[in-house]
Parts: sequence; structure tokens; C-alpha cells
Amino acid sequence: MKPASRFLTRPDQVGVVHMTLDGEALTARPGDTVAAALLAHSGAASRQSVNGSSRTAFCMMGVCFDCLIEVDGQPNTQGCMTLVRDGMALRRQRGLRDIARSDADA
Amino acid sequence: MPAQASDTTIIGGGVVGLCTALGLLQAGRRVTVLDGADGDLRASQGNFGLVWLQGKGAGFAPYAELTRDAVAAWPNFAAMLQDVTGTGLSLDQSGGFEFFTDPVELADFAADLERQQAYLGNRFSHEIIDGDKLRRMHPQIGPAVVGATFCAHDGHVNPLRLLRALRRAVLALGGDLKTDAHVTAVAEAPGGGFDLTFRDGTRHGTDRVVLCAGLGTSSLAAQLGFSTRVYPQRGELLITEKLGYRLPFLSSTIRQVDEGGIQIGGTKADAGPDDSETLDVMAGLARQAVSVMPALADVRVVRAWGALRVMSPDGYPVYARSARHPGAYLVTCHSGVTLAPLHASVLTDWLDENSNAPDLEAFDETRFAISDAA
Ligand SMILES: Cc1cc2nc3c(=O)[nH]c(=O)nc-3n(C[C@H](O)[C@H](O)[C@H](O)COP(=O)(O)OP(=O)(O)OC[C@H]3O[C@@H](n4cnc5c(N)ncnc54)[C@H](O)[C@@H]3O)c2cc1C
Ligand code: FES
Repeated sequence: MKPASRFLTRPDQVGVVHMTLDGEALTARPGDTVAAALLAHSGAASRQSVNGSSRTAFCMMGVCFDCLIEVDGQPNTQGCMTLVRDGMALRRQRGLRDIARSDADA
Repeated sequence: MPAQASDTTIIGGGVVGLCTALGLLQAGRRVTVLDGADGDLRASQGNFGLVWLQGKGAGFAPYAELTRDAVAAWPNFAAMLQDVTGTGLSLDQSGGFEFFTDPVELADFAADLERQQAYLGNRFSHEIIDGDKLRRMHPQIGPAVVGATFCAHDGHVNPLRLLRALRRAVLALGGDLKTDAHVTAVAEAPGGGFDLTFRDGTRHGTDRVVLCAGLGTSSLAAQLGFSTRVYPQRGELLITEKLGYRLPFLSSTIRQVDEGGIQIGGTKADAGPDDSETLDVMAGLARQAVSVMPALADVRVVRAWGALRVMSPDGYPVYARSARHPGAYLVTCHSGVTLAPLHASVLTDWLDENSNAPDLEAFDETRFAISDAA
């Protein structure tokens, strides 16, 4: 079964939202969360956990933190708690985020 | 009639009770640990994980000595727990800072460390570092920090893995660990030993009883004739998202846990038995952390919690034998993580009254009676 077939489209979702995932075009429905859009897109891993294993959204309700993804430069954003927006730039995460190096290390 | 007899029964299965049990098991005693309910207030599940010497016992030499011994015993203790249970504790004792944004507070604390230095002599060392020198060592430190103190003996450990390792070790050594076993009453049994009653009315007999019940200590202490009462002191903590960046320093209020999150803590409040967290305190913690290390500003907090410290009237540990009921003991402390190795070793000798037992007289509860009379 293709992941996309598990998701029904809400009747009120009209139009298309254009975003990018790792620089490549990705479309979603208005009102989707980032996590829902990614699952509908491919269901593939959207990040790697601390020990390097592949993860993607699981609970879809803000609890498990498995859906973390970089949204418009902000790492570790919960995809399931973030609504899609036109022009949004998503990046899959590999490993843990850093902190602002300019302040951190001289 | 007591339902069953065991050598020693420990009431309370937090870090203090489990360490006490572990030491007795290693000495070949038969041990039962009775732990309360999941909803109990449990400092061992909410603490900061410091193995900390700096500032401890500045006003009370025996506590400075005790803590120094504990810190020195930690490497072997962690290795032993790893051997017995396979659980690594991520112990790191490479030194720790206290950061100050107020010069008066820095001067006061420096005076405390002088007193601690006088007690401990060459078994202690500390440095006072001014803000500019500190920023040359660690450019991450913000301009609001006027200075810091540093102690090379300080460290930290993963406190939840400590708790899990202790439980596993107690079970591995044959200890009987009963959960959801809230003791409501304890009394001397007519034929000797003690008779404990559980909430559901069932009973448990034992030769010796050690009261390690954290904030549940006071009522049982009264039943055994101990005068010690403990009270809760609330601390609130934050933890951030996990970072790949490694924080290059440890402090008593900001530490990076081995999995990558930065834990921020250190508040103290009298809030009675309420362990909930509060927005203004959380905001203050975050502000303070950002003033110490401005690069933390865009790092997100993922969880916050409150936990209650178990405080004796003067904040120091209590190791007391009951004069009225021989075979009954009371053990309680704040900083039960730091002191863990001693509770699993020299405290055993003290409970067993071995000839090599340490002199814990200074920690007897008689000190409260004396200060009451004064
Ligand atoms: C916010 C905070 C930060 C801290 N930071 C540090 C730190 O950095 N370093 C450090 O060394 N220490 C720290 N501490 C202190 C440390 O956590 C405590 O000293 C330690 O956990 C106390 O352990 P305990 O076993 O006495 O108590 P608890 O963990 O509270 O355990 C008591 C147990 O007794 C059981 N119990 C209670 N009543 C009964 C009954 N009637 N019958 C049966 N069982 C009963 C309860 O269920 C509980 O499991 C901190 C504490 C707090 C709150
Ligand atoms: S999918 Fe569980 S928190 Fe987002």
C-alpha cells in the first residue's frame, strides 16, 4: 500500500501549497501539518535519531517528538504541530542540531 | 504474627534506600526494600544529577568531609554498578563552575569556599576566576557574568540511569524489592524485631528496619520515636532539545546530559508538598541561563518539571540509631546522588556496627534537640 493512499483529503482542502524538501519541490494541501504532508509525500524518514536510526512522524499529536525536522532554518521543529505554508523550506535532519557557532566557539 | 521475617527491611526505594540496601546485600545480609506508590513525591526521579563538592559543608566540617569522601568514591562505585548491571551512568568528574552575575554573591560564596578549604586542606582545591579571565577560557560566557568559582572535584552523572542501575543491582544481588508497598505503621514486635503494616492491612516482620522514606519519613519516624522531621523544598528544572554541540563546561545550574539536552536548574522554594512547575520560575531559569551563555537563546526547552528536595531541619544528612528501639535506623539526606557511594559502603559498616565503622555521631539527630534547647 502506498503511504499516500492511507490519507483521505478533507473536503474543505482546496488549493495547493508549494514548499521545498531538501531543495526539491513538494506540494501539500492547505491545512495539512508538515508531518502529514511528508507522510503523504513518501512516508520516508524525515530525520535520524541520536543513535542514527531513521525516524518520521509517529503520534501526530505533539508527544513523541519523532517528527522533528528543520523548518525555515529552525531545527527540531515538530512537524505534526506545524501547519504548511507557501514557500516553506524543509530540511531533513541528520544527527543533532548545533548552536549558533559565532557566539559559541571562538 | 509477622507474615515473614527477613534480616533487614528498608522502607523507601529511592536512591538512599536502594544504596543502603545494596551495601547490606554486598555484606551478605538478607534485605527487603519496600517502596511506595508511583504517585509519591520522589526526589530520586526529578533531580539534577550533580556529584558536587563545591560549597558543601562550608558551615559544618563533618559534612564537608563526608561529601569529599563520597566524591572520591564515585569512580569505583560507578564502575561496580556498571559491572553488576551493565548500566553505564555517564559519570563525568572533570570539574565544575558556579557562575555569578552579582559580585556580592560571588564574594560570599568565595568566603564559603575558604572555610571549606580550611576544613579539607589538601583534599580540596578551588579557584576564583574573574569574568574576563573566564571569557578568555570559555568565550561562550556572556558579559553579565562577573566571575565564577571552579572546583576540579565536581562532576555529574545521569540520575535516572543511576536509579535504574541501583534497582537492578539490588535485584541482581538477591534483594527483595516490593513496589506499591506503602508502610502505614511500624512498631516493635512483642517477640523482638519489628512489625510493619501495609496500607491494605497486611503485615511484614523484620529483625531490623531502616527508614529511608524521603518525604514519607516524618510520620514513620514519629512512630519509632525519632525526633527527625523532614520538609519539602521545591526545585524547578528545564531541559532543552538535544544538541550535537558539546557544552565545554559543567556548572551547578547548567549541565549537558550525555544524550545531548541541556538541563537548567537550581531554584529553591518552600511550596509545601506541591511539586508543580510555575511559568515565572521557568522563565527566570531560562533568562539566567541565557545571561550565562547567550548562544542558548535560540535553543528550545522541551520539558520542565518541579521536584521536591528532602530537607532535614539544618539541611545536613541524618544517620540515627533509635535509642528506644534498638534495630531501628533513620537515614535521610539532601544530595543523595552525591552521597550514594557512601550509603552503599561505609553506612553498611555503621548499620552493622562493625569495628571499622565510621564515626557518624555528628549526623545523629541529637543535634536538633541541642539546637532546640539553645
Ligand atoms: C530539584 C532537585 C535537584 C536535586 N539535585 C541533586 C543533585 O544535583 N545532586 C544530588 O546529589 N542530589 C540532588 N538532589 C537530591 C536528591 O535527589 C535526593 O537527596 C535523593 O533523591 C533522595 O532520595 P531518597 O531515597 O531519600 O528519597 P526519594 O527519592 O523521595 O525516595 C523515597 C521513597 O520512599 C518511598 N516511600 C515514602 N513513604 C513510604 C512509606 N510509608 N512506605 C514505603 N515507601 C515509602 C517513596 O515511594 C519513594 O520512592 C536534588 C533534589 C531535587 C528535588
Ligand atoms: S509525530 Fe509525535 S510529536 Fe510529532
